[in-house]
Amino acid sequence: MKLHRINALVHRHLFLYRRSLPRLMEIFYWPFLDLVVWGFITVYLMKFQGQLPGVVTFFLGALILWDVLFRAQQGITISFLEEIWARNLMNLFASPLKPSEFLAATMVLSIFKVAAVSVVMATCALVFYDYNVFMIGLSLVPFVLNLVITGWIIGVLTTSIIMRFGQEAEVLAWGMVFLFQPVSCVFYPIEVLPKWLQAIAWGNPAAHIFEGMRMVLNTSVFPSEHLAWAVGLNLLYFALMVGWFHHTFNVCKEQGLLVRVGE
Amino acid sequence: MPAPILEVKSLTKRFGDAIAVDDISFDIRPGEILGLLGPNGAGKTTTIQMLLGLVTPTTGSIRMFGLDLAAHREQILQQVNFSSTYISMPYSLTIEENLWVVAKLYGMTDIARRIDEVLKKVEMEDSRTKVTRRLSSGQMTRLALAKAILTEPKILFLDEPTASLDPDIAHKIRALLKEVRKSSGLSVLYTSHNMKEMEEMSDRIIFLQKGKIVAQGTAQEITQRFGQRNLEEVFLKLARES
Repeated sequence: MKLHRINALVHRHLFLYRRSLPRLMEIFYWPFLDLVVWGFITVYLMKFQGQLPGVVTFFLGALILWDVLFRAQQGITISFLEEIWARNLMNLFASPLKPSEFLAATMVLSIFKVAAVSVVMATCALVFYDYNVFMIGLSLVPFVLNLVITGWIIGVLTTSIIMRFGQEAEVLAWGMVFLFQPVSCVFYPIEVLPKWLQAIAWGNPAAHIFEGMRMVLNTSVFPSEHLAWAVGLNLLYFALMVGWFHHTFNVCKEQGLLVRVGE
Repeated sequence: MPAPILEVKSLTKRFGDAIAVDDISFDIRPGEILGLLGPNGAGKTTTIQMLLGLVTPTTGSIRMFGLDLAAHREQILQQVNFSSTYISMPYSLTIEENLWVVAKLYGMTDIARRIDEVLKKVEMEDSRTKVTRRLSSGQMTRLALAKAILTEPKILFLDEPTASLDPDIAHKIRALLKEVRKSSGLSVLYTSHNMKEMEEMSDRIIFLQKGKIVAQGTAQEITQRFGQRNLEEVFLKLARES
């Protein structure tokens, strides 16, 4: 893997965002709206503070963390879509750039997006609702890192599908992540799910992360078991998805789809 | 005679039941310009896409610089570039930014100097900060060519490089290619539907039809073989027969 090629691709997207207000807005628009809507719902729920302890921390924290996952996924998928829209895939893959370097660059971009959105959302939560996400403490850090990786896994999966089935599948860039939301247990504990769905949810690293976050809030005990599961599942799925991406890339080259992906 | 810089042996590409390229073999020597001629759907673009590693051949082998493309993709593509009328560069970036990204992708150093050089060659030095979407189609083609020669490749694949250019700019582009070839010993694989251009530019020509090589040689050899006065007449004869 060559750093200069990853650097080239990262800069290609930074140049793009530098002069594109709509693209910049897209990064912040949905997270901001989410925060406003859920923020007011939370303010309303605070009236029942007695029945639902820690409701503000619970909902706003969950919302901010969900957006971390969502933006991490989008950082990968939208970067790929940008290359399709610009009809630039041939230029990239006829160069020495490797598919793994392409993925690495999109992951770097994803970190930039996550960082930007997190700062904006954390600041808005503080200003509008007097909520400090960092009060969850340092235990938040390993969970956020794992959420980013979960976002990458969903991003690589979505990108592979778009590469294989073409631009008509691009709607998945915005929709795919929501397929995972019910079994990520973002806003509710896992035990509210039916038993069969709980079994599926336990196979989802995001469910362990959100369960872990709730455990931190409710008991102040560091949920090392949930973290271990999240790390293990993330490593497994990440390896599988990167392998799947390479396989799909080769299938696309065999079927001539890579040069027609934007059509 | 120097050893070939590019060797294609028994190259075939099938898409399901359709054969896009059918058992073709050819080579290119250092400094040679090889013209790839044929009607639409003859397999020219698929051949170039296979040579660029974008499409995997069904059978056959591609070797460049003595290395097998399947096994040494990165090393080979480092020394190769291409330009196609049908491919654009990111519209939201300036000319300079686009070229900078390409230079970085190929690991070049002294990028600013090299960008200055190629922009001067394609007569676009005053447009360097222009956003690509504001370029005319002729300027876009020149940018694609600037991108192709920027990395100082040893082999260049050009898919209809002058298709959208007016005669004046097309003439300048041909002159530029001849100059680059002379100064750097560049080898070129060239496709065009402009028969006069083919005759002017190519040392040898391969005529493809339905994925097969139906004729190869110099323009003069081909026209004599088919009993025609020029390449255009050969093209029409073959295209109508098919």
